[in-house]
Amino acid sequence: MESPSLVQAGTVVTTEFGYNSKIEGEVVHTQLDSALNWFRKNSLWPMPMGLACCAIELMAAGASRFDISRFGSEVMRFSPRQSDVMIVAGTVTYKMALALRRIYEQMAEPKWVIAMGACASTGGMYRSYSVLQGVDNIVPVDVYVAGCPPRPEALLDALIKLQEKVSREPITRTLKRDSGPEKYGRLGIEVTAQSIEETRSH
Amino acid sequence: MPTPLELARQLRETFSDLLAEPLEFRGEVTLVVRDPERIAEVCRHAKETLGYDLLLDLSSVDNYGDEPRWTVVYELYGLAHACHLRLKTSVGEEKGSVPTVSTVWRTADWHEREVYDMMGIRFAGHPDLRRILMWEGYPYHPLRKDFPLAGKPTDLPEVAFTRAAPLDGGPFVTVAGGADSIAREPRSRTPED
Repeated sequence: MESPSLVQAGTVVTTEFGYNSKIEGEVVHTQLDSALNWFRKNSLWPMPMGLACCAIELMAAGASRFDISRFGSEVMRFSPRQSDVMIVAGTVTYKMALALRRIYEQMAEPKWVIAMGACASTGGMYRSYSVLQGVDNIVPVDVYVAGCPPRPEALLDALIKLQEKVSREPITRTLKRDSGPEKYGRLGIEVTAQSIEETRSH
Repeated sequence: MPTPLELARQLRETFSDLLAEPLEFRGEVTLVVRDPERIAEVCRHAKETLGYDLLLDLSSVDNYGDEPRWTVVYELYGLAHACHLRLKTSVGEEKGSVPTVSTVWRTADWHEREVYDMMGIRFAGHPDLRRILMWEGYPYHPLRKDFPLAGKPTDLPEVAFTRAAPLDGGPFVTVAGGADSIAREPRSRTPED
């Protein structure tokens, strides 16, 4: 078959990107991995974990000027059952950490985490008894965003980086992996049923 | 319209020896209640007879190293006569308990919970004396002078991930009396143990 982008002297250069049914018919050849990853990465529904001022920038990223829906992530889900990526936007206090960890546990696999801003990444300027020094102490973080707070463009960049990461995942090999109780973070925290019960009772 | 000083004198006439002479400083009147056990009684009288119908704030001071260690401060305000009054009472560490005023002003409920949480002063008769800012089960009271800013690692299993915050690189503390700005404003300071 002829390539759709032939350059010929004296003619108009036409370039076709992506799937063109007139050329390729109604059949797409691809790998299952890439197809599934393509579905996944273009509809990463965020769990907006807005805890401080970063949440304002998160809202700006969702509004018309920056428009996160260009990347398929406009569906902010306030239910962890329906979301794919938790955007931790803001200062995580120890008191909130248990709730955050519990919401992360409730999210269905596959799930990803973006630590947005200095506070979520490292504790930021809050070197204090009350602030968790980086959300990666309790959940596995995929992308860190620098800034205090980061611009919406930085969040969109993080989202694109996460999409790249998602598109590289060999998911057919890991689909049946038993995730089981895992330990997360630098401290290897395992949240037990007891601590979740305690969070629930407060 | 009464002045804050007149109202404070009226309050002192009612309770005589219980209250010290009102102190006025820049238009602010402070009354010291000598017996912390009777603070609720004084507050109820101030509200019901003198028209102090609003408790603006309830806070506490840690006089670390002095005795008595705690001072509880009540900021009163009357909407009708627009006068402020500050009541102070002191309580020692071994007792560490003051009668609640949440029966006088309901707003004192959360204020007293905050004081209990941050300073560890208990309020006798409080309807719901739980922590309000820190999580339930946290063993320390962080606003005390002998509590390091970085925090302490807690030994409770369910909150085992709390540990002292790293203080290198911040916060930007100052040291009084340093020779130059490098000594006065160090990049970091190790918390006093």
